[in-house]
Amino acid sequence: MTDHFTPAQFHLHRSDETAAEIRFAGDWRVQADIPPFQSLVDALEAFKPAGVGFDTRALESWDSAYLAFLLTLRQHCRSANIAFKTEGLPEGARRMLELAMGVPERQGARRHRGYAGWLERVGDHTVAVLAEARSVLTFTGEIVAAAGRLVTGRARFPWRDFGFMVQDCGARALPIVSLISVLVGLILAFVGAVQLRMFGAQIYVANLVGLGMAREMGAMMAAVIMAGRTGAAFAAQLGTMQVNEEIDALVTMGISPIEFLVLPRILALVLMMPLLCLYADLMGIAGGFIVGTGMLDLPFRQYWVQTQHAVALNHFTVGLVKSAVFGVLVAMAGCLRGMQCGRSAMAVGGAATRAVVTGIVAIVVADAIITVICNIIGV
Amino acid sequence: MSEGPAHIVVQDLTMAYGDVVIQRDLNFEVKRGDIFIVMGGSGCGKSTLLRHLIGLQAPAGGRILYGATDFWASPEPVRQDLMRRMGILYQGGALWSSMTLAENVALPLREYTRLDRQRIGEMVALKLALVGLAGFEDYYPAEISGGMRKRAGLARAMALDPEILFFDEPSAGLDPISAKRLDDLILEINDSLGTTVIVVTHELASIFSIGSGAVFLDAEAKTMIARGDPKQLAASSRDDRIVRFLTRDHTFHV
Repeated sequence: MTDHFTPAQFHLHRSDETAAEIRFAGDWRVQADIPPFQSLVDALEAFKPAGVGFDTRALESWDSAYLAFLLTLRQHCRSANIAFKTEGLPEGARRMLELAMGVPERQGARRHRGYAGWLERVGDHTVAVLAEARSVLTFTGEIVAAAGRLVTGRARFPWRDFGFMVQDCGARALPIVSLISVLVGLILAFVGAVQLRMFGAQIYVANLVGLGMAREMGAMMAAVIMAGRTGAAFAAQLGTMQVNEEIDALVTMGISPIEFLVLPRILALVLMMPLLCLYADLMGIAGGFIVGTGMLDLPFRQYWVQTQHAVALNHFTVGLVKSAVFGVLVAMAGCLRGMQCGRSAMAVGGAATRAVVTGIVAIVVADAIITVICNIIGV
Repeated sequence: MSEGPAHIVVQDLTMAYGDVVIQRDLNFEVKRGDIFIVMGGSGCGKSTLLRHLIGLQAPAGGRILYGATDFWASPEPVRQDLMRRMGILYQGGALWSSMTLAENVALPLREYTRLDRQRIGEMVALKLALVGLAGFEDYYPAEISGGMRKRAGLARAMALDPEILFFDEPSAGLDPISAKRLDDLILEINDSLGTTVIVVTHELASIFSIGSGAVFLDAEAKTMIARGDPKQLAASSRDDRIVRFLTRDHTFHV
């Protein structure tokens, strides 16, 4: 729209002893420059009239910018006790203004955003931490109860969906787990090779990679990948269902969302995680093998035998136990954040992010605890 | 129908999803300042027609003219400019859920006008007051009722003073009194601001109380089977499909 506007103007005139009249002229439109409201307030302060009327014969055109100006004036007049006479206004503007004033503002609806003091904020955070701990405990309890019902055959368990979830947590994750694990194996071998070569002990690269993957890195990397891949997906799925009231629909049908949505996801991940971990272990050892035979010129058989001697079955067992624990943690973090999700698009994104953060923190903390326990019992 | 130049002209419009034709050979015009009703049974393509009119879906054949401009034959910038002059109230309100009501209404104002913060605040207060939501500026869509969400959606649709307002099932999900109020609001906006209004609905009460022109789409015939003033259609139509629809199978009388 290429318009040429007559400048929007107003003049305040004294019409009689106590009343003032505002003459509007020009185009009062959104695209035009409208004089600031404060200038009118200043003029009214100088006049101090008991009432204001309007003359709009010189008003060329108007849209809601004009209405907004009038509404602000109307509210100013009300608070300053000035009578507001709408007779002179254009017919349409008068009716729209009445409409805007028609529904009185609901008392107590308006919110005041105050700045909270530090004590209040510390208190808020403390309360939030306690509430969070409580909800995690409740959630865990609900899952255990649901698992109990599943074992005794009283749960509504979606076997079909469960199959798809197992496929998604398992087979579909293999490519990314392969890539990351081979690279981690390579990196471990490189780091070790540089140091061990100084002592002529390059053969121990096999021990380093084998033990490192089996006890730690296989389980850890598989879990981190699954936290980013599947944990976030769980949170987003359940969060979107929360937004669409799908979870409410399940509850009102008497179907527990924990049994129907959360339990299959946790089970799928717990079942698949040790398998992924074992696969990651083997891929990592293969990565170390590439460095050992390619860069350090170790004979193929020697590397193989050295790895066999270094890594006993109990090392794999430690890794597998860890991975099962990580599976529970990642799936629970994803489902918990999804179930806690608010009802907006942003809340879904937030739930996915928090699921990943919670999942990875839980993995590392659990890993530390398990490692200490293994040390104590001497596994 | 009120007299005046045609605002929207639909010529030989065919709508299809892939090979499935929804409606064909639609011909009607909407005069400036009309309240035009698109009616028909469920699944007849009313909402699809709306999607074509507001530029979300390209027609399989035919033309849609806004004034003298052929919408779908125009380059992107022209289409954008036309779309900016439309306001649309979606069925569920379609408010952006991560923004407050004030931010929802302010977004188009911030993007398309040069108004400063304070003036935008005044405009937002006006629009929300017009739909009866004064004081709810800082609420998020999830915190208010469905009817309020719908009204807030209308406030957002009116943010840029559109020349044409589209309503998709405005009274769906509203109680009779709220629905009546929304109808009154539509009439008032149409009358005071001269806005052309297009309403997709099958609510008989709305159709008769606000419609000045209408087109009736039929799912079986895959085209429109009537057009004109809904009250006259109800009084004079001999087509059984239309009579049954407009009288709710002979149980509703104007």
